[in-house]
Amino acid sequence: MALAIDLAIQGAQMALVLLLAPLLTGIVRKAKARLQRRRGASILQPYRDLARLLRKDVVLAENASWLFRVAPYLVFAANWVAAALVPSFATGLTFSWSADLIAIIALLGSGRFFLALAGMDVGTSFGGIGASREMLIASLAEPAMLMIVFTLALIAGSTQLSSVAAFMVSSGVGLRVSLGLALAALVMVAIAENARIPIDNPATHLELTMVHEAMVLEYSGRHLAMLELAASVKLLLYISLIACIFVPWGLAPLGAPAAALGIGLASYGAKLLCGGVLLAFFETTIAKMRVFRVPDFLGAALMLGLLGTLLRFVSRSF
Amino acid sequence: MPVDVGLWGAGALLGVTGLALAAGRLKAGSALVYGASLLVCAAALGSALGALIGGAGESERVLPLGLPWLGAHFRIDALAAFFLIVVNLGGAATSLYALGYGRHEAAPMRVLPFFPAFLAAMNLVVLADDAFTFLFAWEFMSLTSWALVMAHHRERDNARAGYVYFLMASFGTLALLLAFGALAGQEGDYAFAVLRASSGHHTAAVAALVLVFALLGAGSKAGLVPLHVWLPLAHPAAPSHVSALMSGVMTKVAIYGFVRLVFDLLGEPSWWSSMTVLALGGATAVLGVLYALMEHDLKRLLAYHTVENIGIIFIGLGLALAFRANGVAWAAALALTAALFHVLNHSLFKSLLFFGAGAVLNATGERDMEHLGGLIHRMKATSVLFLVGCVAISALPPLNGFVSEWLTFQAILVSPDLPQWGLKILIPGIGALLALAAALAAACFVKAFGVTFLGRPRSEAARNAKEVDRFSIAAMALLAILCLVAGVVPGLVVDGLSPVVASLVQARMPGQEAMPWLSLIPIAASRSSYNGFLLLCFIALSGGLSAYAIHRLASRGLRRAPAWDCGFPDPSPLTQYSAGSFAQPIRRVFGSFVFRARETIEMPPPGALAPARLTVILHDPIWETLYAPIASAMSFATEHINHLQFLTIRRYLSLVFLLLVLLLTVLAIWL
Repeated sequence: MALAIDLAIQGAQMALVLLLAPLLTGIVRKAKARLQRRRGASILQPYRDLARLLRKDVVLAENASWLFRVAPYLVFAANWVAAALVPSFATGLTFSWSADLIAIIALLGSGRFFLALAGMDVGTSFGGIGASREMLIASLAEPAMLMIVFTLALIAGSTQLSSVAAFMVSSGVGLRVSLGLALAALVMVAIAENARIPIDNPATHLELTMVHEAMVLEYSGRHLAMLELAASVKLLLYISLIACIFVPWGLAPLGAPAAALGIGLASYGAKLLCGGVLLAFFETTIAKMRVFRVPDFLGAALMLGLLGTLLRFVSRSF
Repeated sequence: MPVDVGLWGAGALLGVTGLALAAGRLKAGSALVYGASLLVCAAALGSALGALIGGAGESERVLPLGLPWLGAHFRIDALAAFFLIVVNLGGAATSLYALGYGRHEAAPMRVLPFFPAFLAAMNLVVLADDAFTFLFAWEFMSLTSWALVMAHHRERDNARAGYVYFLMASFGTLALLLAFGALAGQEGDYAFAVLRASSGHHTAAVAALVLVFALLGAGSKAGLVPLHVWLPLAHPAAPSHVSALMSGVMTKVAIYGFVRLVFDLLGEPSWWSSMTVLALGGATAVLGVLYALMEHDLKRLLAYHTVENIGIIFIGLGLALAFRANGVAWAAALALTAALFHVLNHSLFKSLLFFGAGAVLNATGERDMEHLGGLIHRMKATSVLFLVGCVAISALPPLNGFVSEWLTFQAILVSPDLPQWGLKILIPGIGALLALAAALAAACFVKAFGVTFLGRPRSEAARNAKEVDRFSIAAMALLAILCLVAGVVPGLVVDGLSPVVASLVQARMPGQEAMPWLSLIPIAASRSSYNGFLLLCFIALSGGLSAYAIHRLASRGLRRAPAWDCGFPDPSPLTQYSAGSFAQPIRRVFGSFVFRARETIEMPPPGALAPARLTVILHDPIWETLYAPIASAMSFATEHINHLQFLTIRRYLSLVFLLLVLLLTVLAIWL
């Protein structure tokens, strides 16, 4: 019986992640539009876009290989599984031990690997430019992310996300310099990983600075829908990650009663809303960077993460 | 007695060499030789597996060979059994591959006799139990592999590769000779049993000397920066199956030499020695992958990745040394398991990738990625198997490369408890370097796979490529399956390694057999766990289910059309992103610092018909700061000493007289 409930909660988490992801994207777009004094599309527009794309035929480039057709499902599966392992409203999910934070990061890396390959499959210059720049960004964002993971793991004594979240709720945390550094670095990495301004612009399609959109340029129909959904899921994942580590309040513990789960759900919704609006605010206030300034931005994140880890190595009190 | 089986195996391989000499010229000669090698290696692999997993214990044998008063000692313990598995697994896979690949060899007699001899030499290095036998087998291994590197000696640059390899191999053996000399001390007994008995009683200076010589000797064979310069020249120069053997297996024999010397014979290390190993490992990992990113020759790219992976292994070994020096045996066991796991992993996926590169070379005659492309349509099986190797080496879950790097990260995460400040400051930096190397490796293999197998063919040869033979594909499939198995059920490998680790650091990782759902739990479930099996199931399930649901409920229509490319598709395949353009952003970010990369663009004036040119200048920092000065000093010295050859008889006599006086003076002062 207990197992059935656990499985149900895990399933609920997976479904929740999938259902909320387009909504979050819609909220970010709406908030951005309002900040730019536009009315903007409804926050349900991403669902409509997905439904429309799913109904359409796929137009496949003539020399696209099987990899091009498989990649959308692989990318989506990797992102979805990774997102399902990040605690959203409850910690101690049944399968949370099957991958720790390092493995979640690497799983996202697998998704990116196949997306970059898919970008190169048709043999157009846009796909190549996107893949090349994506891998440049990843080559700095991934080490930065791992350094953040190190910092958190050294503070919480575990790389298990559930344990980290449980530790963060407990009173033993306090304010720490290294936590602050990790938060700053994590926000920077999250912006880069989700192809948001100032690293990349999710709204443009014909701009030489584009990265993510260039890789998916040849996609259409259901394949494009899967990739869009995967991108939304990834955004949700990063906001959930920041929320469960740095604002863990409201997370329902293992085996909590239904009321606590309800509180967990409500607070999770509130956190997502805050995260989405903050992201929109940040994107509105800042200008897009040139590609070759991105390494400076991510290098700063890497240094912050490394500094956090170093502080933890040097002394336990930081 | 497993040691006898091992010796019989090595002897049989030497017998195959004889067979090759006798029958190599026959039409079926290559099938005969590689078939025999395959059988012997498979038998030796089975016996070594039995010795390690069945716990047959140690066994020794002294043969009346070699020096008359010493004899040749051989012994199998857990460490030797593990490395025999690596050697013979690689040997068997390579022989299987060569059954198909070797048929295309233009000059079979330059390869066939040396191939089984090379395998026998690697077996003997691992079996040896005294310094003389070890060094003899080591040198035999160097010479046979050198002969294989020189198999195509008329091709451009191969002679230079052979020359540099020869020099570095001699230097490495000399360093190992000195290491054993320092270990043996004044008693001068070279049997490992005697050396082991006196382990831990060396003075600090002797221990330091041995460590430095071991790093120079084994490190030069393994490809540790800055001793790696020969590796990217020599490994690609050999025929592809030999490249796989050299990169996948011989570098592991070098790691074996280091582990045997430093962990087994030297005894308790000092903490600063681990700092040296860690720093060298970190530098090797990052420099190796950066070199690889700048490289557009598929086989050289893979050779540079060997350098990177050797760095990762040395990081694990360095961590194990640091923990051991501080008496944290369980953490040393974790780090050493990570390093040895990576030894196995690298031997699997690097052999696989070199086989793939050989298949591409066979099908197109090209190693330069700028002339390839689109092979996924024409070489279906090869492309899938090569992709498995790419994912594995890029340390992506759920394949095996990720598991060993994950274990290394876990070892780094338990190191803040180390008391020394040097280590406290160094290890986070090493962690960052390791993470950087892993991320750059992924970028590099997107480049390697994307440019070689995806896109549109860039040359006629790539357009007309044909799939390779079944033996080659079978060998690649075998290694790809092993990569998947080692990644999905890593607990099996960790348990298999535990006797090896226990014999070296007197501790072992918790047994993984009892863990629920085949999880990998290095320390405790609350700290960290990883389950490749479940991850694979989840990905397969969610990907499969979503594909099924979409095809069932939404659209399944598909039509082919010309590529969109923002409305301006260019029919020429030359407008695709090439390997050079893919690496350009990374070259600009990292290369301008490491390689002093400069780009010059020559634009013809408007109206002129001359093409525009982009020239990239890269400087090899190691070669230019370390080797070029030595080479120029050598040629300066030889040029000036050359005068001595053309003196008159009076001058020669006066030189002899002067030397005599000098020696007598020295003697007079000395006594």
